[in-house]
Amino acid sequence: MKTLVQTIEELAGRLGRDVELMEVCGTHTMVAFRTGLRQLLPESVRLRSGPGCPVCVTDASYIDAAVELCRRPDVVVATFGDLLRVPGSESSLDRERAAGGSVRIVYSPSDALVLAKECPSKRVVFLGVGFETTAPTVAWSIWRAARDGVRNFSVLCAHKTMPRAMDALLRDQQVKIDGFLCPGHVSVITGAAVYRFIGERYKIPCVIAGFEAWDILKSINMLLTQILDGRAAVEIEYSRSVTEHGNAAAQRLIVEVFEPNDAIWRGIGTISGSGLAIRSKYSNFDATHAIGVKFGEAHVNPLCRCGDILRGISTPLDCRLFGCTCTPAHPIGPCMVSSEGTCAAYYKYEGRVAA
Amino acid sequence: MTYDRIMLAHGGGGSLTRELVEGLFAHEFDNPVLRPLDDSAVLVINRRGYAFTTDSYVVSPYFFPGGDIGRLAVCGTVNDLAMQGAQPYWLSLSFILEEGLPIGDLEKIVASIRNTAAEVGVQIVTGDTKVVERGRCDGLYINTAGIGQIVTPNWLGSANARPGDAVIVNGSLGEHGVAVMSSRSGISFQTSIVSDCAPLWPLVKEVLNTGVEIHAMRDLTRGGLAAAVSDIAHASGIGIILKETAVPVNREVRGACDLLGIDPLTMANEGKLILFCRTVDAERVLAAMKRHSLGKNACVIGEVKDKPKGMALLRTAIGGERIIDMPTGEDLPRIC
Repeated sequence: MKTLVQTIEELAGRLGRDVELMEVCGTHTMVAFRTGLRQLLPESVRLRSGPGCPVCVTDASYIDAAVELCRRPDVVVATFGDLLRVPGSESSLDRERAAGGSVRIVYSPSDALVLAKECPSKRVVFLGVGFETTAPTVAWSIWRAARDGVRNFSVLCAHKTMPRAMDALLRDQQVKIDGFLCPGHVSVITGAAVYRFIGERYKIPCVIAGFEAWDILKSINMLLTQILDGRAAVEIEYSRSVTEHGNAAAQRLIVEVFEPNDAIWRGIGTISGSGLAIRSKYSNFDATHAIGVKFGEAHVNPLCRCGDILRGISTPLDCRLFGCTCTPAHPIGPCMVSSEGTCAAYYKYEGRVAA
Repeated sequence: MTYDRIMLAHGGGGSLTRELVEGLFAHEFDNPVLRPLDDSAVLVINRRGYAFTTDSYVVSPYFFPGGDIGRLAVCGTVNDLAMQGAQPYWLSLSFILEEGLPIGDLEKIVASIRNTAAEVGVQIVTGDTKVVERGRCDGLYINTAGIGQIVTPNWLGSANARPGDAVIVNGSLGEHGVAVMSSRSGISFQTSIVSDCAPLWPLVKEVLNTGVEIHAMRDLTRGGLAAAVSDIAHASGIGIILKETAVPVNREVRGACDLLGIDPLTMANEGKLILFCRTVDAERVLAAMKRHSLGKNACVIGEVKDKPKGMALLRTAIGGERIIDMPTGEDLPRIC
């Protein structure tokens, strides 16, 4: 560990300028904070957290739609626990549950499918959020529901894909990135090849990192070496799980059930082709179609800087709400809610020392 | 209060619980005995100190690997007394039973209560029974209250940790939380981990018999080690520095925590305590603890400094540092 840090210091010294590295995976953000790794880095090497936390990038209009659904007497909303406290325009699912709304926490979409089979008189809507990591399991549950003829199961789909979001960030003039720490779990599914365009088009190096502290340090090492060498390749540090072309079976499931669409990223806006919509073949399992819920216009606190934080152009310390009115117990923006959110990580592990 | 309704996290033992207890209950009932808000109230009768406490048990499911709601209902209350340096003597026991609860289950739970009480030498001396309609509670809820006699010369309290103290834990963390989670429906992982649920008084007695002056003691329940150290740092106005490499967490618990996305330091325990004593006394305390089965893996996990005041920090395995914050409290509902 010592030598990894020493090598990073040495490489940073030879570079002789500031570098901004962005991690686009909520778990990396959390590991970096939980292990205290950020403080070991030289000042000129900065880790920025990108839009890698699935909860944080979920638009408030989506939460509003879920809130509307859980108020209907014939609907049960099934969700991962992380979404429970995310504020929508006026409410959140945990507030709705306390007020009598029907919200159930599940640990996988297949649990939601089981729930639907057990409660035939209710319509079970699973909240499908997340990247390539969770998309295959949701695709499977939809495929399975179709095969088994489960008519009271549907998904409110807001799945997103990571490479398009990275592309959008790089096109954004305000965003300065010298290298990407690419997500580990997403890449297990997608394979390393999906990031090739980043090197080819933008000359930005990428390293796919694992989830131990030394994985991340080693990946930073590899990124700095690429920058020094003037290379912009996609390298795999997390080689014990990630391959060039990923998990073909999972990819087939995604393609079978989903098709690309334009998705709204909270605080960033619409990124074309960055979302996954349920194909018309499976529209009976698409909550927007099957139940007829609509996405309205969201109202969020104008002072919330989650959007800038997700793009890596601000840190939570730049936000006036951070730590004052916005805390993990009373979150205003989504980055304070999720255990993988940048604001929650700053607040829990670091922010108040710096403040 | 920022919320206009009770949220699950209000019962999670974290910052929302603190807001509710301090902002509503302690505010409305304020008196000198209540004010320290420790695990037990300390009552002085004829110049002798007694500890008095109460706790309710709603764990789901009511049988879990390594224990059941009955054993928990004795241990939780006995441990709250023990943390005040009190030998537990008497417990009250109240049941809220759901219509339809199998009598066989109730009999097993009652036997478990009897056995656990016998382990510590406490008697059940009063009680109450209520039955509610089917669907109004989840099998059964239990409330116990306990009285014990304080045997330490000094009063233990979370405000009494001092700079120069060593922080000692009696074994590895997170087993109760993982055992209960893994036995819930809907979670598809299997582990061999069993709850650490145990009455701590016999261990505490060994420690007190050394004659070493203990400054503060806390059992690690909801919110785990994180809640305990952040609370004590806050109450004592001192800085607690823990060493990650010294904090015992077994591999299986760590794996389950990774899977659930939960920090093992915030996982619930029901048979673990931390105690604070002068560093020079730590060896004697450790030796006494190791003689007892509940303290075989006791070790020093950190120290108390005068700074940063009111804050607990973790020196991480890779040489970094981070805050150990009070968990918000919604991670694992109905764990005890």
